[in-house]
Amino acid sequence: MLAAILSGFLFSLFLVVAGKYFRGKLAVLSAIIPLGLFIYFFSFIGRVSNGEVIRQSYEWVPSFGLNLHFTLDGLSLLFSLLITGIGFLVFAYTASYLKGHSYLDRFYGYLGIFMGAMLGLVLSDNLLSMFLFWELTSISSFFLIGFNNTSEASRKSAVLALAITGTGGFLLLAGALLLGSVAGTYSISEMLSLSGAIAQSEYYLWIVLLLFGAAFTKSAQFPFHFWLPGAMKAPTPVSTYLHSATMVKAGIYLLLRFTPVLGNTELWNTTLIIVGGITMFYAAVHTLFRTDLKGVLAYSTISVLGLLVFLIGLGTQYALTAAAVYIIVHALYKATLFLVTGIIDHETGTRDITVLSGLRKVMWPVAIIGFLAAISSAGMPPTVGFVGKDLVYEATLQMEEWSVILTIIAIATNILVLYAGFVVGIKPFTGKLPEDYSKVHMPPMLMWVPPAILAVLGLIVGVFPSIIDGPLIKPVVDAVGGAGSEVHLKLWHGFNLVLLLSAITLAVGITLYFVLKPSAKREEAIAKFEVVSPKNLVTEFGRNFRKLSEVWTGLFQNGFLRNYVSTIILFLILLVGYSLFTTDRGFPLDLTSFSRVTYYEMVIMGVMFLSVLFVVGAKSRLTAVVAMGIVGYAICLLFVIYSAPDLAMTQFSIDTLTVILFVLVLSSLPKYLSITDYKMRIKDGILSSLFGILITLISLEVLAEPVNKEISEFYADNAYVLAHGKNVVNVILVDFRGTDTLIEISVLTVAALGVFSLLKLRLRKDERNIND
Amino acid sequence: MEILLAIMVGTLYAAGIYMILRRSLVKLIIGIILLGNGANLLIFLLGRIAKGQPPIIPEASKTFLEAYSDPLPQALILTAIVISFGLQSFAIILVKRAHKVVKTDDLDEMNATDEYS
Amino acid sequence: MRTLILKTASNYMLPLLLVFSVFILLRGHYLPGGGFVGGLIASIAFVLHAFANGLETTKELIRIHPGFLMPTGLGLAFVSGIGPLFTDKPFMTGLWFPELPPPLSVLGNIGTALFFDIGVYFVVLGVTLTIIFSISEST
Repeated sequence: MLAAILSGFLFSLFLVVAGKYFRGKLAVLSAIIPLGLFIYFFSFIGRVSNGEVIRQSYEWVPSFGLNLHFTLDGLSLLFSLLITGIGFLVFAYTASYLKGHSYLDRFYGYLGIFMGAMLGLVLSDNLLSMFLFWELTSISSFFLIGFNNTSEASRKSAVLALAITGTGGFLLLAGALLLGSVAGTYSISEMLSLSGAIAQSEYYLWIVLLLFGAAFTKSAQFPFHFWLPGAMKAPTPVSTYLHSATMVKAGIYLLLRFTPVLGNTELWNTTLIIVGGITMFYAAVHTLFRTDLKGVLAYSTISVLGLLVFLIGLGTQYALTAAAVYIIVHALYKATLFLVTGIIDHETGTRDITVLSGLRKVMWPVAIIGFLAAISSAGMPPTVGFVGKDLVYEATLQMEEWSVILTIIAIATNILVLYAGFVVGIKPFTGKLPEDYSKVHMPPMLMWVPPAILAVLGLIVGVFPSIIDGPLIKPVVDAVGGAGSEVHLKLWHGFNLVLLLSAITLAVGITLYFVLKPSAKREEAIAKFEVVSPKNLVTEFGRNFRKLSEVWTGLFQNGFLRNYVSTIILFLILLVGYSLFTTDRGFPLDLTSFSRVTYYEMVIMGVMFLSVLFVVGAKSRLTAVVAMGIVGYAICLLFVIYSAPDLAMTQFSIDTLTVILFVLVLSSLPKYLSITDYKMRIKDGILSSLFGILITLISLEVLAEPVNKEISEFYADNAYVLAHGKNVVNVILVDFRGTDTLIEISVLTVAALGVFSLLKLRLRKDERNIND
Repeated sequence: MEILLAIMVGTLYAAGIYMILRRSLVKLIIGIILLGNGANLLIFLLGRIAKGQPPIIPEASKTFLEAYSDPLPQALILTAIVISFGLQSFAIILVKRAHKVVKTDDLDEMNATDEYS
Repeated sequence: MRTLILKTASNYMLPLLLVFSVFILLRGHYLPGGGFVGGLIASIAFVLHAFANGLETTKELIRIHPGFLMPTGLGLAFVSGIGPLFTDKPFMTGLWFPELPPPLSVLGNIGTALFFDIGVYFVVLGVTLTIIFSISEST
């Protein structure tokens, strides 16, 4: 399975070097990869439908608990087949759709990365690796939305999408870490047995909310839905693949995957029903106001995503079956509609529904494909959409509470989704053919065969729903709702309430389609509300946040070294001082343990203190340097007294060299300035005195604590035994910590080279001018 | 003596910070040197000080027979002293060069040197 | 600064200090001293000589550019670090030669650590001389 995931990445890597050969006719060959993967995953259907769960694991960073565990159960298999199957058709379609595009190889590279990441996401059993793949899908989506990088709208939409899904990724990471620490493992399959304990945990609320945040942003749930219509700026194959069939369903996948771990609580179900319900209805209403074919499709996609969340929220076995079926239904008809839209766009150059009509006369096979997809989205028999819609109604009707309201919302949404499907799949092909489009011709085979395959599949599965229930749907329901589910899909249920509701849906929807023609006027009307839309609020927030950060940066990153230092010191004083004085541990200073002060030590300290005062108060550079030298020699004496001969020798030599260095450069150094005024000096004086006092207090505090000499003792005990040396300091430097010393002398070398090059480097022209 | 040393460390830190807060370039370097000295002394002090017990194993024996002062902080400080020489010389030359290019030694006037880079 | 006394003194001081620095370097494993201190003392010796006799005289005396001492020392230290790898021991493990016969035994055990220390000596000497020489040249 690792090879399957990596193949997408390797393919993109391969395109980096061999890309130029794939811009031309060879492009279609790239479809071999998803096809091969599809066949590979298809071969697992038998084993998985028998209830087997295939696991493979590779160690990656075992110390972080980050392993590449891959699990293939019913849920993963369904998604893998979607990713590779739709992927195959999209890869092939793109070869013709973007034929001759100068960045075609780049496009395939992004698609390859996306496919690999998405496969990784649905196959990962480890939460952390799942997060990594999750982020990779967001990033590849960013590049694909902004593929037309010369268009400003594309770039803006790409950034917006990345901002929203990136926030979701962050929430997922936070949720994953929290969940991992509560469960004690990052393995999802191990969490299954811990679901009770996790639900009892005090962090349960946070875990669920964080994961919801991730799922809702990725799957475009209200109020985070707005990035998806913007993402339609991407070339149509991308919209088909990422923003309808697979990537946006990653959130759905996450929710399904964690239903057995976190689900079946009131918080889980109620939130999902409410959010899903609002999303599906809100987005469905929006389709009425769009005139761009892809705009209509985007909102109907959001609506269906809402429906899926809603179904997961219902949580019954019927609802989960309905969700699983609906994922397939939606992938089949929505991908078809997107691809058909792509054909229309490609051949006529417009996606404006108000001007498109009568295209059946020039491209009748496409019209049939569009019609099949439209009736599937409408849920008409004998398409698979009918099976899906029936299951949805049954699921809502079976709820013990609120069933009437839930059913009404579902019906209303379905009516509007039907309208959207008809507008895209039927409207452009009916009516009179305008003069302008009389020369429009059929697209190449490569473009109309993929949607045809999907449309025909929708029809076949609709007539014989039993071919998917056992092999595909049941394993999904088993994986999500627990083993032993009974799934039997039928096209015809006999005359009952559900059929009546279906009939109502169809009647109202078709009436709506004939009464309500899409018009630009309505689109303008709704634009007035744009100000309060979530999208506008978020972009406004972004703009103001940037302003705020500009002000903030201007305030703190002002280029004045003094301000930086004083800010840092001030905060240090406040924070450390606060904790020093608020934690009450007395001041257990044992004076008896301290050594006594002899008179010569008094003298050294006195000299040192005076020298420091001289350094600070000196009016000339020479005084300051000499006084500083004295401070150094005084420290050297302290080292002598307190048994550190090595240090004393080093300090003495370095101090001498420093003074020599200063004397050498003093003449060419700038004059000693005292620019700051009296008030400033007092302020700085107080600040630095406070800091000094703080350091003194901290060191006394540390001195009062017992000391741990374990490491030193090891070095001292083994200095001769292991390293044949008796000067322990030297032994530590050249033997025990030899590598550190090696690096240290390298640093010294770098410093010397820096000095050398700063001095010898010839001044550039502009610098010379300044000096002249 | 430890108390005196602790006060001395505090004094060195205070003086170092005060010098860094000045606007003169040379004072900045002197401040850095003072701060470095303060830090060395602080590490030395916190490793506990003792008189007349250098961490050197007596000639006749293979391990320490009596108490010895902690060799670890000494090793740390030794490298710190040498490194600080590298730092100081580099800082001095940097200041010299900056002074030459920007023609000012007022740090407040060096806050917009982007045009010179 | 070029007084006669300093000039005369430095002529004798240089070899003396150099010998002293080598002595400090070699005894470092047993008594206070070592590569760092030895290198610093040696560089002080050269700097003193340069003060008394002028930089050019000192440079002639050294013959090679002090900068070359840095890679030499680094190389020596590194080689003494990787030496143990040839005897299947980890990087930087100390290797020791057998005890030396009586006249040389004052040096104590000779091992890779000594070569490492000599490397440190050269680097420190090279670094300080490079810094000080290039600074005094530029002013």
